[in-house]
Amino acid sequence: MGFISKYRRHKGALPILIMLALTGLGLTFSAATAAPAKNTMTASAKSTIIEEGEEIFLKGCSSCHGLNLEGGAVAPALIGVGAASVDFQVGTGRMPMQDMSQQAMRKTPVYNEEQVAALAAYVASLAPGPRAYTNEEINWERDGNTAEGGELFRNNCAMCHNFAGQGGALSQGKYAPTVMGVEAKHIYEVMITGPQSMPVFSDTIITPEEKLSVIKWIKAAENEPNLGGAALGRVGPVTEGLLVWTFGLGLLIGIAVWLTAKAR
Amino acid sequence: MTARERVAGTVANYVDERTGAAAWMKKNLQKVFPDHWSFMLGEIALYSFVILLLSGTFLTFWFDPSMRHVVYEGSYQPLKDVEMSASYASALHISFDVRGGLLMRQIHHWAALIFMAAIVVHLLRVFFTGAFRKPREFNWILGIALLTLGIVEGFLGYSLPDDLLSGTGIRIAHAIIQSIPVVGTYLSFFAFGGAFPGEVFIPRIYIVHVLLLPGIFLALITVHLMLVWYQKHTQYPGPGRTEKNVVGYPLMPVYMAKAGGFFFIVFGVTAFLGAVASINPIWLYGPYTPGQISAGSQPDWYMGWLDGLVRMSPPLETHAFGHTISWNILLPGLIIPGIIFTGMALYPFIESWLSGDKREHHLLDRPRNVPNRTALGVMSLTFMVIAMINGGNDIIATHFDLSINQIMWFSRIGIIVLPPLAFVITKRICLSLQRADRELVLHGKETGRLVMLPHGEFIEVHEELSAEKKFTLTQHEQPKAIALVKEDVGGVLNPKGIRARLQARFSAANAENIAKPTATEVKELEGGHH
Amino acid sequence: MSKELEPLADPGLPEHVHRKADIDPIAAKRAERQVAVLFALSAVGTFLFIYSFFFIKDDVFIFLPIMGNTNAHQLGIGMGMALSLLFIGFGAVHWAKTLMPDQEVIAYRHELKSAPEDRSEFVKTAKEGAEQAGLGRRPLIKRSLAAAVGLAGLPAVILLRDLGPLPGNSLNETSWKTGTKLVTDPGDRPIKASDLQVGGVAQVMPALLAGQKRTLENIAKDAVLLIRLRPSEFQLDAERLSWTHEGIIAFSKICSHMGCAVALYEQTTKHLLCPCHQSTFDVTRAAKVIFGPSARPLPQLAITIDADGYLIAKQPFTEAVGPSFWERKS
Repeated sequence: MGFISKYRRHKGALPILIMLALTGLGLTFSAATAAPAKNTMTASAKSTIIEEGEEIFLKGCSSCHGLNLEGGAVAPALIGVGAASVDFQVGTGRMPMQDMSQQAMRKTPVYNEEQVAALAAYVASLAPGPRAYTNEEINWERDGNTAEGGELFRNNCAMCHNFAGQGGALSQGKYAPTVMGVEAKHIYEVMITGPQSMPVFSDTIITPEEKLSVIKWIKAAENEPNLGGAALGRVGPVTEGLLVWTFGLGLLIGIAVWLTAKAR
Repeated sequence: MTARERVAGTVANYVDERTGAAAWMKKNLQKVFPDHWSFMLGEIALYSFVILLLSGTFLTFWFDPSMRHVVYEGSYQPLKDVEMSASYASALHISFDVRGGLLMRQIHHWAALIFMAAIVVHLLRVFFTGAFRKPREFNWILGIALLTLGIVEGFLGYSLPDDLLSGTGIRIAHAIIQSIPVVGTYLSFFAFGGAFPGEVFIPRIYIVHVLLLPGIFLALITVHLMLVWYQKHTQYPGPGRTEKNVVGYPLMPVYMAKAGGFFFIVFGVTAFLGAVASINPIWLYGPYTPGQISAGSQPDWYMGWLDGLVRMSPPLETHAFGHTISWNILLPGLIIPGIIFTGMALYPFIESWLSGDKREHHLLDRPRNVPNRTALGVMSLTFMVIAMINGGNDIIATHFDLSINQIMWFSRIGIIVLPPLAFVITKRICLSLQRADRELVLHGKETGRLVMLPHGEFIEVHEELSAEKKFTLTQHEQPKAIALVKEDVGGVLNPKGIRARLQARFSAANAENIAKPTATEVKELEGGHH
Repeated sequence: MSKELEPLADPGLPEHVHRKADIDPIAAKRAERQVAVLFALSAVGTFLFIYSFFFIKDDVFIFLPIMGNTNAHQLGIGMGMALSLLFIGFGAVHWAKTLMPDQEVIAYRHELKSAPEDRSEFVKTAKEGAEQAGLGRRPLIKRSLAAAVGLAGLPAVILLRDLGPLPGNSLNETSWKTGTKLVTDPGDRPIKASDLQVGGVAQVMPALLAGQKRTLENIAKDAVLLIRLRPSEFQLDAERLSWTHEGIIAFSKICSHMGCAVALYEQTTKHLLCPCHQSTFDVTRAAKVIFGPSARPLPQLAITIDADGYLIAKQPFTEAVGPSFWERKS
């Protein structure tokens, strides 16, 4: 008897078949929605990085942002946003946006560094705007002051992003995301470009040195271990109260039940 | 006589000759305490209080309650050279430069949270079992006073380090004081020694927090415990338990060992929390300045309901004759809490007034047997829980991808609609449970065993309950409705007037119970009925 | 269903069930050993505390699952203390549960009400005492006593007078005067209009006079938020529009609800959100309240530029900043 016939009434047959079907479905789906960028790049001839960027833009961004970056019903115009915006938005994976929700969320970038640079060059070529930065030129470790950065952060950032940079709620379902785990250049660019709900912090309001201090404080907070134990999210009394009512009281009441139960 | 007995005898004699202690020691060492886990909730609060005293005293050896401006020179680098108050700097010093300092700070704060949580669950137990009835009404009022003072004490305590989060809480307290009509601005200037934030508030609340309130607590807790001691603890109904006895274990040795051991356990659990879970990391908040704020600012959990009520308040303010009354602050901040706590404190009297029950009660109620009280309790809890949820609406929004505006509207509407709904549902559940009890007594417990009778019918074998269980399920009283007497035979109106009508109405509601099975009914069934 | 509710009879205390340690001496010995082990574990906890306190440096971190990088010193002293306490408790409870007598004991409640003789004796004694004091027969003493005691309470209240100054007009005043420069906070740098981009915000304070220090009391009233929009985005009346400069508008940062810092600016919606109770203010309409419990908009500071192009206040605030109070006219 063939293998399949022999085992077709095996009790594991159905679960295995379902797993195979689901996996196949999933793989088909991800293949269908995969970013087209890589393949098309190598295929076509490219002359300058700006032309490269234009090509990527036309394929991946123009459907929302317009063929001439003029924007549309669902996306703003990109004229004058500068390379900094592109480097931040595309480099952190926010763009291309996954769904048309309130807010672009950080996710795994679709385009690689080269492609991001190309896109940025293209957008910047159409109208002047803030330039992109590299991590190397942002010397926060050498030129920043942690304590000053903390003061600046609490004054300018904590009201949206929370005292420890964990993020916070804005109105109507929008939110200020966590600032943890963000590359230094992206933090710099985000202050300069003021994406979506975030205001613009130009170099005259928060000087470049002050920006480096902010980045240094953020990195320090990121690497600071929790001295007192598990951090419970670094969001304050809400999680502390939850722990007391679940674990704390639960444990104590459980012990009380044991204490008053009759021994065998 | 052994050597040990001789020494003990000498000591006892020495003390007795000077105090006459032998008589009351003998009586009290034999005192009987009923043993149930739900009677230990108040103990958790009591032991947490002791832990607070011990850990708090430790902290006072280093804490500097002064608001004078200093520049930080301690070991926490991210705050190097930052300007702050001396109280914040000393709290940082305790956290980073005193060995065991952070541990004791954390134990102190965890103990405070557990203290309040234990008071609340203890209150719920006392409420749902009716332990506040005569002769314990005064003890109930003491308990509400302890709850209220506990909330204040906790708020003052976590405000002492003068960090950004707790300073914001003080700002809000200041706004509440200032909004009081006529005297508000004077009260706030007196409390703060001038304009907000001033230089005297932290030293003043320090003395309230470490001396005044702990003293009041000690006094109130002592009276609270003495009443329990003297009136003897209540007990759950059951075989052998009556209104006139207490069944349990003697103080020495059983109760001393169990209660004493439980103290060490509560202390140990609190220390465990202090060891593994970070709480109130003031160095991350930064020093308080009125120009800064953090997203997701909340008070400690026991004030979360207050914050939630304030957040959901409609924007009501009246301006008349050159004066302003901020209803959006007074209503959620003072008036509604005042009504709630006054209502709570007076509840034993309200209940006995409405039910007409003036007898002593030492046997507890099973909550299902008093559906109206249980439903009222669940209704109040629902109110508080919705308020608390709204207090954390921004944290909930960020973690569950919701909108604070939607949560706010849910709370505004929910807090009016959901409590009555909870009342109705709870009452129905209580009546269902009563019905289930009746079934159990009359028909026994379902065993899950099926038997085929000779004529082909399938029945499930029911096991008759033991006499003890049957008694427990039927010993309760079921009040009858008080008939409304509008006028007497002569045509004279009832002098009680509206009170009589209210009493009749409420007693009718109280009498809505599933009639418990009587002895005759049970006897009728004894005889192989399935 | 019968009409009379005769209850079921009380069967009395249930039969006592003996524990293993009650009947079997080996089980009793084992329980005793278990108690001893628990107490010994407590001692281990104490030693862990002592060792960690003195010998583990406070900059040593170890990695634990779930908790991540944990400070070894803190963990050591904390767990040491916790274990030393917990196991004393567990030992004592286990000892009580397994070895101490667990036979239920009955005690009887005495009636709380005193005996009738005692009650009448008390009434008699109290009445006699009152008569002997003679207050009833001597109203002059009663009234003068009441007056004296009532008055004697007054010094206690009057002594509190110097707790603080009277508010006076201070709640209506801030440091902002006509011509006060707007400076960055922190940094104290004066700001030109061109320094602020469209969509930008700046945390701003009034410039300090020479030798002046900025106190927290100043910050609590003077903190201002500077926001730049496109002038076409404003929906203001002519007067409020004249308080702006080229799309730059200034508001008090102190929330009109309960005084938190309202600094959360949403660039896309042009809303200011106060994180404390979620009052939301529409910047384009002079910080009008559009959501939340605040009943008043944020006070707007009229700004213009001076001869050198720096932003200055055109006039002081026209209303009190911060939360409302009784004497506030609007």
